[in-house]
Amino acid sequence: MTTEMICAGFGGQGVLTIGKFIAKAGMQEGRNVSWLPSYGPEMRGGTANVSTVVSDDPIASPIVSYPDVLVALNQPSLDKFAPSVRKGGVIILNTSMCPHGCQRDDVEIVAAPLSDIAVEIGNTMVLNMLAIGIVIGKTNLIKYETMEEDLTSFLKAKNPDLLEMNLKAIKRGMEIGKEHG
Amino acid sequence: MEKILMKGNEAVAEAAMRAGCRLYFAYPITPQSELIEYMAKVMPKVGGTFLQAESEVAAINMVYGAAGSGKRVMTSSSSPGISLKQEGISYIAGAELPAVIVNVQRGGPGLGDIQPSQADYFQATKGGGHGDYRLIVLAPSSVQEFADMASEAFDLADKYRNPVLILADGMLGQMMEPVEFKPIMTQEEIDELGKQHTSWCICPNADGDAKHHHEINSLELDPSVLEKHVLQMYEKYAVIEKNEQRSEIFNVSDDNEVLCVAFGTASRIVKSAINELKKEGKSVGLVRPIRVWPYPYAAVAAAIGPKVKQVYVFELNTGQMLDDVKIAVCGKAPVNFWGKVGGIVFTPAEIQAKLEACF
Repeated sequence: MTTEMICAGFGGQGVLTIGKFIAKAGMQEGRNVSWLPSYGPEMRGGTANVSTVVSDDPIASPIVSYPDVLVALNQPSLDKFAPSVRKGGVIILNTSMCPHGCQRDDVEIVAAPLSDIAVEIGNTMVLNMLAIGIVIGKTNLIKYETMEEDLTSFLKAKNPDLLEMNLKAIKRGMEIGKEHG
Repeated sequence: MEKILMKGNEAVAEAAMRAGCRLYFAYPITPQSELIEYMAKVMPKVGGTFLQAESEVAAINMVYGAAGSGKRVMTSSSSPGISLKQEGISYIAGAELPAVIVNVQRGGPGLGDIQPSQADYFQATKGGGHGDYRLIVLAPSSVQEFADMASEAFDLADKYRNPVLILADGMLGQMMEPVEFKPIMTQEEIDELGKQHTSWCICPNADGDAKHHHEINSLELDPSVLEKHVLQMYEKYAVIEKNEQRSEIFNVSDDNEVLCVAFGTASRIVKSAINELKKEGKSVGLVRPIRVWPYPYAAVAAAIGPKVKQVYVFELNTGQMLDDVKIAVCGKAPVNFWGKVGGIVFTPAEIQAKLEACF
């Protein structure tokens, strides 16, 4: 089984980190993974995106034409990538920053005001952890336990409060993902 | 050893250090800069020398000088920077010194852009610098292979006393994949490696004779002596051509109706398209040159099955490897080409559409 994913948003929303954590967790769960960021001048203040592939087979192209999962944290990202999502795929969109929504009716859409929920949890920075939680809750692509272990290993000693907040965001995301299941 | 998720640029730097590289000179350029950053961090930790030169020209000449010591030395850059290094590379090849050069290609010509490209194939395989010389050119297609090629490149450079180029691109440099490293070479192992060069290198005398010295030079004003030197280098290249061709075949069978040839990043994307076509019952094979000099002509020729109607070359340039494929195919089948340029990378869907049109 191969899952191809694109995460996109404004530079600073942490989209590259979403892909990185999912790729790392996939690797730790013994699967093949690749992580390919957009890089270059377009990232400054513009949109950033990352293609992440998690597969049981060796990964051919790390470039994703038709994602199974799209995480769109703002409207320009949604507009750019939503048309290419595979039929029956999943679009996770941040309604706080996607005022026009998504017109696809042949995919599953998980829509929630993620930026607002992140602030509610305690910090707008946990927006990406919320998105990872939704991916876990909706698709079971990776396990929560792997994420918890990974975050704990580098945050527990350094900043236990931040660890708590991040784990809370992932759990909240999982609830949102499951509600839409 | 456990797998680590790493960028290609970082992985090749770590692997080079592990393979005994303790001398690294370079000048930063996107999309290669993580490599020089990593070396800046790791070289001092292992007692090596990291030096950010004032220019690419200076860096390659530092490599030239350091290579004369017979130690493992490396530089890296991206396309425009590699162009600047060409004079030095020609000198290193002429003086028959082992050195490793990494090119993380970006769009050209000129300053071009910073996106992935394969437009330096001609430069890498057909000269680049002046004079009759060859580089051994390795073309990785994954982060793991990029890392593995660091030690392979040093071994080949030592074996043949010839510069070796790793021809990667911005995508391989910037992407992360799991990578497993070989153990770090011990100082004793590194010293042992150096001993193979004591017959020619500029190093403390093994025999203790102070008058005994070696000269390293690429200048030879006596034509008869230079002729002999060049012909002797060409004998070496013939041995390399005979022994060092490497390629991978993917989905090659007698059922193939199309045979693709692609290297590096492009080959990954072609593989995805081939997998999709398989589901539709369409049989397409791929030959991926793992080394682009010496070119695996025989492997390409051997992969042309009885039903192959067309050989299709895909590159991120305007068809620079195409000539080599035509030499290999030698009229046995029509050879078609499609590529993307300017730092734009084709998608699996685009390749799939091109291949579907062949059926």
